[in-house]
Amino acid sequence: MTKQHANWSPYDNNGGTVVAIAGADYCVIASDTRMSTGYSILTRDYSKIIQLADKSVMASSGFQADVRALQKVLEARHLIYQHQHNKQMSCPAMAQLLSNTLYFKRFFPYYAFNVLGGLDSEGKGCVFTYDAVGSYERVGYSSQGSGSTLITPYLDNQLKSPSPLLLPAKDAVTPLSESEAIDLVKTCFVSATERDIYTGDKLEIVILNASGIRRDYMELRKD
Amino acid sequence: MFRNQYDTDVTTWSPAGRLFQVEYAMEAVKQGSAAIGLRSKTRVVLACVNKSTSELSSHQKKIFKVDDHIGVAIAGLTADGRVLSRYLRNECINYSYTYESPLPIGRLVVQLADKAQVCTQRSWKRPYGVGLLVGGLDESGAHLYYNCPSGNYFEYEAFAIGSRSQAAKTYLERKFETFKDSSRDNLIKDALFALRETLQGEKLTSSVCTIAVVGVGEAFQILNQETVQGLINEFEIVGEELPPADEAAPPEQGSGAESGPSAAEQGAAPMDI
Repeated sequence: MTKQHANWSPYDNNGGTVVAIAGADYCVIASDTRMSTGYSILTRDYSKIIQLADKSVMASSGFQADVRALQKVLEARHLIYQHQHNKQMSCPAMAQLLSNTLYFKRFFPYYAFNVLGGLDSEGKGCVFTYDAVGSYERVGYSSQGSGSTLITPYLDNQLKSPSPLLLPAKDAVTPLSESEAIDLVKTCFVSATERDIYTGDKLEIVILNASGIRRDYMELRKD
Repeated sequence: MFRNQYDTDVTTWSPAGRLFQVEYAMEAVKQGSAAIGLRSKTRVVLACVNKSTSELSSHQKKIFKVDDHIGVAIAGLTADGRVLSRYLRNECINYSYTYESPLPIGRLVVQLADKAQVCTQRSWKRPYGVGLLVGGLDESGAHLYYNCPSGNYFEYEAFAIGSRSQAAKTYLERKFETFKDSSRDNLIKDALFALRETLQGEKLTSSVCTIAVVGVGEAFQILNQETVQGLINEFEIVGEELPPADEAAPPEQGSGAESGPSAAEQGAAPMDI
């Protein structure tokens, strides 16, 4: 007798793609705004990006119900941190918190593929990339979600990130200027939108730098 | 007379129907350094006197942010106050998490009062030895509450607790009718004047006091020292001689919103209100 399998799944994939690029004194975090299920579109206007702290912005693709639950947990934990320490969490601290929060549900994971971007305590751009259970690494750029397989090779080609195996450790942040990085992100999404059915509608770009936070939008193909 | 026989346990009534341990806890509040609160329709100002054990040490933290829209000022056992502030913060965070909206202050003070009441009815606990002036917002505007160790709570237009708070209360009673439509600056000015009354001649400077404001459209924040000193100078509060009438102020006759504590000073049990 074959094993009985569940006739429903607690998970769903709402699709979408997220990208983040770290610069010398800025960080760009971007995602499309399409939310899908199966071959249908649920909405063309859903933000996958959230600002968790002054200098930490998270973008997540995957199952948006789990993403929202994860965002709420991190927001509450950040409030507690502020009460206890009288200051905002730094981006590396938030990165560790996100990792721990994800691993906490190791045996019923958040179906969320996250990218955390922000400025470290020296003001340099930082990007952290995660899997669903909290394994993470600081990188110069990253892409997650349905279009990541199309975007990551392109970013590898353009940003030529040095290998983390090199000694002495070479800085992974890109020498590109802020506006060049934004153009690069736009190019990534326009290309991914062409071939990935789950990516499109609108691009939301969040830019974090010393003067604060800024949002840009760009229309994408809606088919 | 019979006080000492019935005051060992918080769960022991006296023949006169009083719980002396709870009353002793309210005494602890009166021994703490003064804290003052006042409110307009849209804003609450909390002010307190900073007491430190010696010139070498820092002063006790007596004003705590609970959430963007709520703050507390405490008087009495500040350690108890710190623990209760953590509880209040937690309740606000949990409510925001569940309902994605700020916890109305009226609900928070009831939860706090219920928590205090528990300690008056368990033989293995003791009442919290701290009084809290909770100032914050809900949909109808700004509110100020006072939470006692007894588990009672009252809403106030303005109130003062702690040592020499009577002088501040007298000032507030004179002026409270003007607070409703007061501007932000005038409300802070009144708080500083009330605070000065509790100092009984000591010079009012920003190192001796802490001021915090919360209002509609203004998140709770503790004003920094330079701002406070600037306001003190602006209002020329420094070193003014107290008019004799204020110093000779008798205990008030229990008028208006302050009837609770005044009755206590006249010897009746505070919880009987």
